[in-house]
Amino acid sequence: MIALKYDENLCKTCPTGDCLVKCQYLDVDKKAAVEEMVKIGQGADSFVLQDCVTCYACEEYCKRGNHPFYLITEKREEKGILTSPRAITQQWVHIGEPQGKYRLGDIKERVLSFGFMPEFLQWVKGKLFEDVMPSFIFGQEFFCNVVYIHFANTSIIKERLPRIVDNIRKLGVKEVVFVHDECYAAFAHLAPAYGIEVPFKSVHYFEYLYNRLKALKELIRPVNVRVAYQRPCSSRLSSDQHHFVADIMELIGVDLVQREYQDDNALCCGGIYAMAFGYDLAHDVQKRNIDDMVEHGAQYCVFNCPACQSAIGDKVAKKGIKPIHLIHLCRMAIGELGEQEGGC
Amino acid sequence: MKYADIVHRCFRCGYCKFTGDYTDFNCPTYRKFRFETYSPGGRMWLIRAWLNGEIKNSNRFQEILFSCATCANCVEHCVFTFSEDLVNIFISAREEMVNDGIIPPPVRDFLKNININGNPYKEPASERGKWAEETSVETYKDQEYLLYIGCVGSYDERGKKIARAVGNLLVKAGVSIGILGDRETCDGNEVRTIGEAGLFQFLAEQNIALFRDLGIKKIITLDPHSFNTFKKDYPALAGEFDVWHYTQILAPLIQSGKSPLKEFHEKITYHDPCYLGRHNGEYIAPRNILKAIPGVEFVEMDRNRENSFCCGGGGGNFFTDILGGGEDSPGRIRVREALDTGAGVMAVACPQCAKMLDDAVKIEQLDDRLKVMDVAEIVINCLS
Amino acid sequence: MDNIARSLAMIVGEAYFSNQPEETYFYARDPGLMPPHKPDYVVIPKCVEEIQEIVRVASREKIPIVPMGAGLALTGLIIPLKGGIVIDMKRMNRILKVNEKARHVIVEGGTSQGFLKAYLEKNYPRLRHSIPDSPATATIAANVMIHGQGRLTQQYGFNSDMIAGLEVVLASGEVCKIGSCTVSPDWFSKGAPLPDLSGLFLGWFGATGIITKVAVKLYPKKKMRDVEIFITDREDLVPDMVYELTHTEMVEDINIFSQPKPMIFKDNHHIAIFITGDTDEELEFKRKTAWYSLDRFIKSKDGGFMGVPPVMKPTLLEMPQRSVSRFADVKKGGGFEYSGPIIMVEKYPECARKIVELAKKYDLGYSGMARIIGRSHAMMYGFAFTFNRADPDMMDRTREALREVSEFALEAGGVFWKATVEEQQMAIEKMDPNTLGLMKMIKENLDPNGILNPGNWEVI
Repeated sequence: MIALKYDENLCKTCPTGDCLVKCQYLDVDKKAAVEEMVKIGQGADSFVLQDCVTCYACEEYCKRGNHPFYLITEKREEKGILTSPRAITQQWVHIGEPQGKYRLGDIKERVLSFGFMPEFLQWVKGKLFEDVMPSFIFGQEFFCNVVYIHFANTSIIKERLPRIVDNIRKLGVKEVVFVHDECYAAFAHLAPAYGIEVPFKSVHYFEYLYNRLKALKELIRPVNVRVAYQRPCSSRLSSDQHHFVADIMELIGVDLVQREYQDDNALCCGGIYAMAFGYDLAHDVQKRNIDDMVEHGAQYCVFNCPACQSAIGDKVAKKGIKPIHLIHLCRMAIGELGEQEGGC
Repeated sequence: MKYADIVHRCFRCGYCKFTGDYTDFNCPTYRKFRFETYSPGGRMWLIRAWLNGEIKNSNRFQEILFSCATCANCVEHCVFTFSEDLVNIFISAREEMVNDGIIPPPVRDFLKNININGNPYKEPASERGKWAEETSVETYKDQEYLLYIGCVGSYDERGKKIARAVGNLLVKAGVSIGILGDRETCDGNEVRTIGEAGLFQFLAEQNIALFRDLGIKKIITLDPHSFNTFKKDYPALAGEFDVWHYTQILAPLIQSGKSPLKEFHEKITYHDPCYLGRHNGEYIAPRNILKAIPGVEFVEMDRNRENSFCCGGGGGNFFTDILGGGEDSPGRIRVREALDTGAGVMAVACPQCAKMLDDAVKIEQLDDRLKVMDVAEIVINCLS
Repeated sequence: MDNIARSLAMIVGEAYFSNQPEETYFYARDPGLMPPHKPDYVVIPKCVEEIQEIVRVASREKIPIVPMGAGLALTGLIIPLKGGIVIDMKRMNRILKVNEKARHVIVEGGTSQGFLKAYLEKNYPRLRHSIPDSPATATIAANVMIHGQGRLTQQYGFNSDMIAGLEVVLASGEVCKIGSCTVSPDWFSKGAPLPDLSGLFLGWFGATGIITKVAVKLYPKKKMRDVEIFITDREDLVPDMVYELTHTEMVEDINIFSQPKPMIFKDNHHIAIFITGDTDEELEFKRKTAWYSLDRFIKSKDGGFMGVPPVMKPTLLEMPQRSVSRFADVKKGGGFEYSGPIIMVEKYPECARKIVELAKKYDLGYSGMARIIGRSHAMMYGFAFTFNRADPDMMDRTREALREVSEFALEAGGVFWKATVEEQQMAIEKMDPNTLGLMKMIKENLDPNGILNPGNWEVI
């Protein structure tokens, strides 16, 4: 049986309560934080179960690896507490359902996984990827399913993720470079948290790109733009990879602006908030985030996740900031894309 | 018949009749005849009825099928997934009719002439290379490119002028070219679109063997129709060559500024030939050439690029004239459209378009207001 | 050539006359499911004078006349039930006059939706008309004549409400002006302040006269347009949701759809909400107002605004939406027909359940599509089925399903829109007898010889 590895004692003895203290949406001190998490762990009611907006950040804030957000999600589901409207949840469950319409490249032991993000089928091109491409996988059969923690539904992850692991294993794959951040998180963070065995090596595309850029160093021409980085929710589950953002920017001569909403304090794109909660929260978060980018003189907004790019790409563009995915920025750096071509 | 299993899928919605932005009817036969039966949807429904025995092959049915100019406006604008096969479906229907031997006399005569003379003009093969006399174009030995002329460029008076301009221009620009002269035979594009698949295969295989024997790897074509068939149809018969239309070779040379050009103060509009444009996606090279000429004011017709309105010559109509003339014939409509832009020159990149539109200018009595010129003719006039 | 043929050929010119098997085959049919009936002749006139002469010949010879736009009603309205002359109107496709400040345009009887849209975009970018989602070849006059609906219907009513005058040719061959244009040189009204005679021709499917000109009201076209989709799993709440949305008076169009495929749409009801604005602020204000109007449903988890995938938005924002036509090939068979009764919005839940029931019973691909008319005054609910034209059994099952739809719609208080001949008879049977008497009187007087699209609205 697949179960979350949670230790009540770790919460009881927590010296900081950072999971909720640092939460950008709750106003809680250390004592209350510890109390509420213990209550939640014991299956009691807590306002946190109503008010948590599913930004995932507490998974990063907890330095004890005790999975506060996965716990909140489990308990919500047990209690029938919905985060999103039923129709939205239903829609997302349907979207992720394997249809037999997956695509496989020329599969070798090392593959690039595009998850279920069709953008990557167009974007993953050129010298940066030529040592793995055309070995790729795409489709709901390879979809990480992590997104359902936004919808207080871990049952479906427990049902589908082992099958996804098996789908990849059956291809004889030994190493997967995940181009979708959340997919990496599924296999490197969530699977271990639930005791799901992963029989292949998971590599984040940040690390992959960084190494490829170093290998192609002679092609790099500094891009010389000021960029803001849009950190996705899933990055909270792959926080060990986050340093690569700054590393890559340095390598390709990009000025990563230091702003208020970055790193620990990053604001998510708000895409889920709009679907789940209505107009106000999403727009408030998006406005603060984008105003922050403008205030700090960003010329580009670099995206890690195509879903973030859909959610706020147009909005940043309206403020005169060019939306661009990290892949395109790196391709620009090695002269494969002109300034006009980079971006969505 | 090939595609018989998909002809029922047409919804006769009519998107195939229009430009992409609905400014005008863009199917040349529908625009002229105005009966639904002469639109692509009409053809689909009638082909199905014919295959089911509900209608018979008749003069009218033949006119409907053989007037199609294969311009691919329907391919471009049909909203369904089978849109890419539309022109092929009409060609397949023609193939059935050719096999049955029940075809319009002009089609029969066209095929007979090709069969006998290797060209539709009933001219001897020995005359084929004569256009090149008094030009600087040499016979192919081992130059980098074969310059393939085609039947229209070799025998038609208007076509020959263009052939001379293109040949001389490429030589002047330093491109290493040679022609086959009287060894050249028909590329077969029109034979294929008219539905004589067997004769097409024969012509194609003959050409492929000749090109191979001569060690030809790279081909520049004068005519987009040749360009189309060498690129799209010859590979399936093991004829894999690198093929360009001459404007694609010329454009970077002109844009590089290596051959300085005299000024040409003229308002010019460009007519996209169907077999260069819609069929093969080349819209940029000819425009780049024209825009690089100092003094030229380049203007677009409303219907340009993917929405270009066919001159009416394709699908064999250049030779069979089944589409026919009249005030609403596509050529005449097109030159009126060019005139509306205020242009004094209508640039073309196809000898068939050139002749069709030249004739239209004459009939419309626009000789003193609009001149049809091939891109090469414009450029060669501007060489200093 | 017989005498009638000779007369017709002389009127329109030989090039625009046909009695050949190819034309009689094609013009006997439409893309829907109604059985074919061959015409004897097909003509394509260029002007109203030619139409008058054709009508006089038909009247003299007592042959039926069936005017035809693009045949995209799908309910067989252009099929010549009793043979005769099909008049393909599409050569009369000129845009005659635009009055920008009065916001109207006068077009000929065969002018297509696409032409008008393109013309306005190029020449009058601040004006638009209420364009339906039928293919761009559909004609303005035919759409108006069948009480079609379009993008502005939620705001201004049926497309036939949005006209400012008509010119019609009567069965006698006389030309008649309808509306303000009958007294004034200006076309600003289809009837008021005079007795409104437009009702003698609108909704009659050409059975009382042939529309040769129509003045269409134009409306402000804003620079920006966007769409949101509110989804719910509770069909019974849809009428309330629509009520709140229409209360805002901020929305351009409201379309509701439910269909099993693609998977993103399965099991939910989708309310597509279109908004327009000249500035970002205007657009955002309307968006916010629409969102707020549905906030209580979000809070109760009964519905939410879905994220519209980037590839979906341009498809939804197209006018006309080409994806509507693509529904015809879902079964790889080019077939699509729907029964779209006009019915109270409160019947949405029943309709939505009915289409699922029928699709299951008859094993058919379906889409339930509704367009709100006015401020929730009514809706068009389309029970749309897609079929394979090469599969006779599927076509039969689709006919059966549509027959059940017709019965259901009438029982539920709906009124058939662009009714098939069978639906017309069903409506006639149920109709108030005095109203029926009035219709009979009108038809007999306007078409004493019974030559105008006979078989339609035939009151015995």
